[in-house]
Amino acid sequence: MKIFSEMAIRRVLTGIAFSAIAMLILIILFILKEGLPFIFQIGPGNFLLSSDWSPLNGKFGIFAMIVGSLWVTAGALFIGLPLGLAGAIFLAEFLPRWAMRIIKPTIELLAGIPSVVYGFIGVMVLAPIIRDSLGGPGLSIMAASIILGVMILPTILSISIDSIKAVPNSYREGSFALGATHWQTIHMAVLPAAKSGIIAGIILGLGRAIGETMAVIMVVGNAAKIPASVLDSARPLTANIALEMGYATGMHRQALFATGVVLLIIIMMLNFAANTAIKNMVKK
Amino acid sequence: MKTKVMIRCLFFLLCVALAVTFGCGRGGSTITVAGSTAFQPFAEKLADLYMAANPGSTITIQGGGSAVGIQSALSGAANIGMADLVILPKDAQSLKTVIVARDGIVMIVNPKNPVKNLTLDQIRNIYNGKIKNWKEVGGSDQAVTVVSREEGSGTRSSFEAIIKNITLTKEAIIQDSNGTVRETVANDHNSIGYISHGLVNNKISALMLNGIACTNDDINKGLYPLVRPVYFLTREEPQGLSKSFIDFILSEQGQKTILTNGLIPVK
Repeated sequence: MKIFSEMAIRRVLTGIAFSAIAMLILIILFILKEGLPFIFQIGPGNFLLSSDWSPLNGKFGIFAMIVGSLWVTAGALFIGLPLGLAGAIFLAEFLPRWAMRIIKPTIELLAGIPSVVYGFIGVMVLAPIIRDSLGGPGLSIMAASIILGVMILPTILSISIDSIKAVPNSYREGSFALGATHWQTIHMAVLPAAKSGIIAGIILGLGRAIGETMAVIMVVGNAAKIPASVLDSARPLTANIALEMGYATGMHRQALFATGVVLLIIIMMLNFAANTAIKNMVKK
Repeated sequence: MKTKVMIRCLFFLLCVALAVTFGCGRGGSTITVAGSTAFQPFAEKLADLYMAANPGSTITIQGGGSAVGIQSALSGAANIGMADLVILPKDAQSLKTVIVARDGIVMIVNPKNPVKNLTLDQIRNIYNGKIKNWKEVGGSDQAVTVVSREEGSGTRSSFEAIIKNITLTKEAIIQDSNGTVRETVANDHNSIGYISHGLVNNKISALMLNGIACTNDDINKGLYPLVRPVYFLTREEPQGLSKSFIDFILSEQGQKTILTNGLIPVK
């Protein structure tokens, strides 16, 4: 009887674990089924390389959105990476343990703030400052980059802290024994050892930046054109889907699913690149 | 042991609560009204009034946009679909239509902008991207920030259908609701946008069109050009609760409620 219940529980748990994977596969299949026929119907070239987006007039080019997504993500990394890395080094290496116990949970709390709140702050505070001091419409790539940079900060920061903390103390002691200063120890011994963890953190942050929707819609202005500078408005792929999904029917709706397919492929490529980078690092 | 009993009691109570609340919806007749987000708040207010006067009937109001209103009326997902479009799409031709209210679309600018009046031609050229600077229409020497709605929005398609021949400039900032358009214009001194008449407040200033302000009088006289109808759509001739709700909206009390909340009555 006992053995039977053990078996049953094991079966149930296995089933639950696989259902998560099944869900992912179903989602991917559904998006592909809705989006792929459309891409082949109008031609991948017309879809991916044209920047004419006017669905009600039969023009479905998303090149401007792909560029928009890349700009915003790169901008977020430009803001979030130096802050996150510097913060992690300071918190992990220079701060006493008791201070760390207060500060780290506080930073992780940042990740719990709903994205609409970030967007609201971007619209009310950040955009007017950018417009008044630098020009342009204010709702711009720059505003989105700063907001996203802050949003991915907790991810980069907490994973980096954990991987720096995971470096064995003997590395530091060895380095000190060779006469290295504290800074030399950090950038020559600790950081290289913690590299794969830090990169994993950065990739997770990147994934969040490229997939973020609500905050981005609110601050990026959503103009469907190829941006000329960081003060210009742009429309990332996620914003394109979320903006028009509520109203879209027929071809327009399929075009949005096809946009989702492109987004999915970009994110999968990103994950693949991250995994290979980490694997190479471990081999060395 | 005690906690186990407690948990069982709580579970039992939860089941009872669920059963009771499920029962609530079943009493009397129920209809669902879905569609236009611009008319949604007015429909909610009217439904509350109707339900207060006729206990036992339940009217559920859902948003989703004009396209959703048309789709759900066609599919039967909602008993009544709401759409506020100047030209109803081809799919909607099989539906029965009633105009329950009208809504003016107001061109808005920042209060700091000296421009108070534009002609339809000027608006068309601004949205086409031919007019790029406020000084071309009598304002200060500042670049125009054009704010529009997303493709498929009822407000946008009505606006473009009335102004005619608009190919929206690619520079245009796109916002996804009346409220965010208003917020953007309130924050940006050089922007221009358009929103529903019922949503004008003192953070933005409403422009006159061809010298005519968007007032109920001038809309009723047919002088103000940017007006769209609010349609209630049903698959067949409305019956039962659907019919009496539509009759209520078209009654004197219903139309008065529409007027006091900032829309234009049809009667």
